[in-house]
Amino acid sequence: MLIKMVIAGFGGQGVLSMGLNIAQAAMLEGKNVTYLPAYGAEVRGGTANCTVAISDDEIASPVASSPEFVIAMNQPSAVKFQHHIQSGGLFFLNSSLIEAEIVRGDIEIVRVPANKIADEMGGPRAANMVMLGAFTKKSGVVGLDNVLQALKYTLSSKKKLIDINEKALIRGYELD
Amino acid sequence: MDGNSAIAEAAIRAGLRCYFGYPITPQNELTEYMALHLGRRKGCTFLQAESEVAAINMVYGASLVGARAMTSSSSPGISLKQEGISYLAACELPAVIVNMQRGGPGLGSISAAQSDYFQATRGGGHGDYRTIVLGPCSVQELADMTMRAFDLADKYKIPVMILGDGVLGQMKEPVDFKREAPDVTPTREGALMGARGRASRVVKTFTSNPSELEEINWSLFRRYQLIKKNETTWDTFMTDDARLVVVTYGIAARIAKGAIKNLRAEGLKVGLYRPVTLWPFPDEPLRELSKNVKQFLVFEMNMGQMIEDVQLALAGQGEVSFYGRPGGVIPTPDEVGRVMSRLYYQKGLRS
Repeated sequence: MLIKMVIAGFGGQGVLSMGLNIAQAAMLEGKNVTYLPAYGAEVRGGTANCTVAISDDEIASPVASSPEFVIAMNQPSAVKFQHHIQSGGLFFLNSSLIEAEIVRGDIEIVRVPANKIADEMGGPRAANMVMLGAFTKKSGVVGLDNVLQALKYTLSSKKKLIDINEKALIRGYELD
Repeated sequence: MDGNSAIAEAAIRAGLRCYFGYPITPQNELTEYMALHLGRRKGCTFLQAESEVAAINMVYGASLVGARAMTSSSSPGISLKQEGISYLAACELPAVIVNMQRGGPGLGSISAAQSDYFQATRGGGHGDYRTIVLGPCSVQELADMTMRAFDLADKYKIPVMILGDGVLGQMKEPVDFKREAPDVTPTREGALMGARGRASRVVKTFTSNPSELEEINWSLFRRYQLIKKNETTWDTFMTDDARLVVVTYGIAARIAKGAIKNLRAEGLKVGLYRPVTLWPFPDEPLRELSKNVKQFLVFEMNMGQMIEDVQLALAGQGEVSFYGRPGGVIPTPDEVGRVMSRLYYQKGLRS
């Protein structure tokens, strides 16, 4: 089973680290993974995205034509990537920042007010983790335990941030 | 681990002693990794040179005194290094050069491309020479081929180029390193170490005697023939019953493989032929394949470069089509799949 996802937003929103956590968690589960960032001139405030592929078999292409899952953290990403999602796929929207009309009727939409929740928790920069928690729950692609484990690895150089990120992740996971 | 860092770690484990580089996207993680990890190792040197030209000439000097040495860059920077590569080739010195290709010509774009195939496989600089060119397609292969590159360079006293691209450099995949870093980095035999107790050696690139230079060229040529015989490698995927074979290398091969898997599920008999050494180009096995396959599609992230090697190899056996995206545009598996299925039906391979 090959699963592909695209995670997109502003540079600085932590979209690349969300992708990295998912890839790392899937690797812990013994899956084949590829993580491909759209890289280069991206800076805080610019657009950034990454593609993650997870499979039991060897992954041929790290590039996704029509991902099963898309996470859009900002308005431009929601507009751009809604047309890429595979029919029947899941579209995660950061409803704190996205007002765009979603024209696709053949996909399931999950709205998560990620910034609002993160602000309420006193950690506005952990909005990505709220979304990652919601994604982990709804998609079932990786287990929460492994995402938490992956977080310890990806934040190994910023240990004091692990606590707030874990809390935000679990908060997102526990959303309805 | 990302591809750039994997190359750096593999190089250190292969006994790299000296790295010289100058920053350019999309290969900066390689230089960064070397700065963090190579410089700390006993007896090893990391240096950010003042230019690409300086970096390749530092490699030239380090190789001359027997150290395993490398440099890395991306397309515009590799163009600047060509004079140095030609000199390395002339002096029969081993070196490893990494090119994580980006869009061109000129300063181009910073996105992945395969537009330096001609430059890489035809020598690149002036003079009648070749370098071994390896075309990896995964982070694991980047690591494995880096180790192989150092061994080949020493074995044949030749510069070896790893021809990757921006996607391979930036993407992360799990990777296993097959060697541990040596405690003492190796020193090559025949290096210039001081002539005490023996006759002095001369390593030079200039002679005013054309006959002498002719003999040097012949000697290089004989070695190239040997490399072609011993080191040519390639890979195939589902070619046994294929009616259409896609010939492609590097990251493009990964994209094509994704498309082939999809088309196979629809019953189309499509296969993949992937040159692993780009020079020497694996022409014999392709010719062999053409006994059963008559339709070939060359797919590259450029306007058609490797297609010339494919046409030379096939020598009129079979029909060759081309699909390419230049400039740093990364095609999707669906896009390439549509080209394959159109061709499949147009050429009447369906029945």
